[in-house]
Amino acid sequence: MRVSLFITCYNDALFPETGKAVVSVLERLGHEIEFRPEQTCCGQMHWNTGYLREAVPIIRHFVQVYRDAEMVVIPSSSCVSMMRDHYIKAAEMEGDARLVTEIESLLPRIYEFSEFLVRKLGVEDVGAAYPHKVTYHASCHSMRSLHLGDIPIRLLKQVRGLDLQPIQNMQECCGFGGTFSIKNADVSSAMLADKVRNVLNTGAEVCTAVDNSCLMHLYGSLHRQRTFVRTAHLAEILASGHAGAKVEEVRA
Amino acid sequence: MSEVPAQTAHWNRQDFPAAAREMLENSQTRKNVQHATNVIQAKRNKVTAEMPDWEDLREAGAQVRAHALRHLDYYLTQFEANCTRAGGHVHWASDAVEANRIILGLVQQHQAKEVIKIKTMTSEEIGLNAHLEANGVRPVETDLAELIIQLGKDRPSHFVVPALHMNRQQVRAMFQREMNLPDLGDRPEDLATAARTYLREKFLRVKVAISGGNFLIADSGGICITESEGNGRMCLTLPDVLISIVGIEKVIPSFRDLEVFLQTLPRSATGERMNPYNSTWCGVHPGDGPKEFHVVLLDNGRSPILADKEARQTLQCIRCAACLNACPVYHQTGGHAYESVYAGPIGAILTPQLHSMGEGRSLPYASSLCGACYQVCPVKINIPEVLIHLRGKVVREDQATFAGKFSLWNIGMQAAAFLFKDASRLAMAERIGQIGQKPLVSKNGFIEWLPLMLNGWTQTRDLKAMPAQSFRDWWAKEKAPQANSSQRNEMGHDG
Repeated sequence: MRVSLFITCYNDALFPETGKAVVSVLERLGHEIEFRPEQTCCGQMHWNTGYLREAVPIIRHFVQVYRDAEMVVIPSSSCVSMMRDHYIKAAEMEGDARLVTEIESLLPRIYEFSEFLVRKLGVEDVGAAYPHKVTYHASCHSMRSLHLGDIPIRLLKQVRGLDLQPIQNMQECCGFGGTFSIKNADVSSAMLADKVRNVLNTGAEVCTAVDNSCLMHLYGSLHRQRTFVRTAHLAEILASGHAGAKVEEVRA
Repeated sequence: MSEVPAQTAHWNRQDFPAAAREMLENSQTRKNVQHATNVIQAKRNKVTAEMPDWEDLREAGAQVRAHALRHLDYYLTQFEANCTRAGGHVHWASDAVEANRIILGLVQQHQAKEVIKIKTMTSEEIGLNAHLEANGVRPVETDLAELIIQLGKDRPSHFVVPALHMNRQQVRAMFQREMNLPDLGDRPEDLATAARTYLREKFLRVKVAISGGNFLIADSGGICITESEGNGRMCLTLPDVLISIVGIEKVIPSFRDLEVFLQTLPRSATGERMNPYNSTWCGVHPGDGPKEFHVVLLDNGRSPILADKEARQTLQCIRCAACLNACPVYHQTGGHAYESVYAGPIGAILTPQLHSMGEGRSLPYASSLCGACYQVCPVKINIPEVLIHLRGKVVREDQATFAGKFSLWNIGMQAAAFLFKDASRLAMAERIGQIGQKPLVSKNGFIEWLPLMLNGWTQTRDLKAMPAQSFRDWWAKEKAPQANSSQRNEMGHDG
């Protein structure tokens, strides 16, 4: 399959390792990967902060770049949820019927990374090895918009050597919320403190998620507190430590 | 007669971030709120999980409420006709001033110096108690939690459990002081007995009662109230005169529709399978209940909400407070931070609309948009969607002002929008960022201090510095030469 990547703006600038990991995992599964350098951002930051009008050209740009793609894979559930939950609405707000149609046709070809592996490809074991104690943070959009359920956990359970530690109040928001963390910095910090305490209580060395936005927030505090806990996007864990095994062998 | 300001649903002291900061300092309140919401939330999850048709009930509730709102004029007229036929008197109040004037007038007609009340949020919304007191009438709240709030001169912080921010010891101390009971114990039954003794005398003596209403039932002209202490039923049946003040949005088409809400409301609100007291009443009946019955139908800003098709679903709310209990923001701050009668996620969308965005402009931002509120809402109000819609309004209004044109947020977001329209601009900005961040990056590779509005982030969090190579740079260097040669020709992008 020819897979087009959408590397979200903050992944591009701040977490390039995640994009590289996605490329590595998908290539190993035998897919042809392309990156379209014209891509920019999904428009979520503007839309969610109330800059609705300003978000529309960004949305339009995304649709123009990807409208002919066979499959678009995105390592961020919040960006995918932006597309599924709000794109049509934004196009309707603009009164642009053609854009609505284009979005309707494009949306079924858009997948979050872990969702693509499990729901589209039917792969749970990608042949990774990661001998660490890991806990999983279920980001809000992955749960409540994409309904990923236990998909990321199923992927993690197949990773060799990985010791998965359950976290308390997995469903509660980490407090990032994009510009919420700046506009309501105090409440956001209080929410983060609760979440970090739960992460630390697991005894894990690594906290993972399918969104680098949450992980950036969590790591911001874990690092400020000088804890030893690191964060890693799920794709980075799945790209780790391949023993050179062919995927077919691993799957069988 | 002295009048209170028309818009009292908003307490109007400070914006959410400032009020929240204040509340975060109060560790006792935070502990009480977290404990109470965790308990209710766990009960709610248990009793909704045992309903195989829970999602169908949510859908049915949403449909009934949405239908009633679409035909609000029809159902309200039908309610009025049926209520009047049954011997009730229907009054229409367009705002708080009018509602207060009508209610005070009725109370004065009966020369009442005291009225008993069953908790009603609409009366809080219009500042009724203050208005009555200013005119020599003493309102007595009979709901235990409301009584605690009233005696303690506090403000409710939750719809269903208004005093959930207080613990038993705090309540006991307040009762000892206000009821002059120095020897009062702190067991739940001690407190309940004290309140019961205090209230029973009022129930038997006071001749005028004021209630709210959970539902107006159009096809019978009846009103329904659900409660758990029985104080409501006392208020609804013992006095000579009953005045019910209900928001116009509370109408449902028929008695049969109650079937849905009597299942979803208690389970969502308190995690109970059924409310202990579900009262419906209709007009007056000789020898049974009040001799005179009045309904005040309150608009007070609801019509404009109805007219806004993006936000209309706000009015579907049945005030169960499940969204408060589920909200991680509410968990941290409790209700007082919202500076409004209506707290939590629903308050964050209702309050600013009731006030045409006026003083509640910071409330649509009092959410991380995590969606927990939408997930639990028994009438499926998509609160995150309405929050975003209202944020859009705030931004538009702000951009239209002179100061707004120069606000850092507006300038920053417009600049970002400009960059995101074109990949070469974005790539350039990333390069500038990589260089520009250098003075801010500590030796450990993290940014520990950011200026201006970004400073909130670095007060409790470090920020990883941008790496020297972005993904797009890596791709261009490592991957593009091999990958693109075969693909680019057939693409034809116009981005």
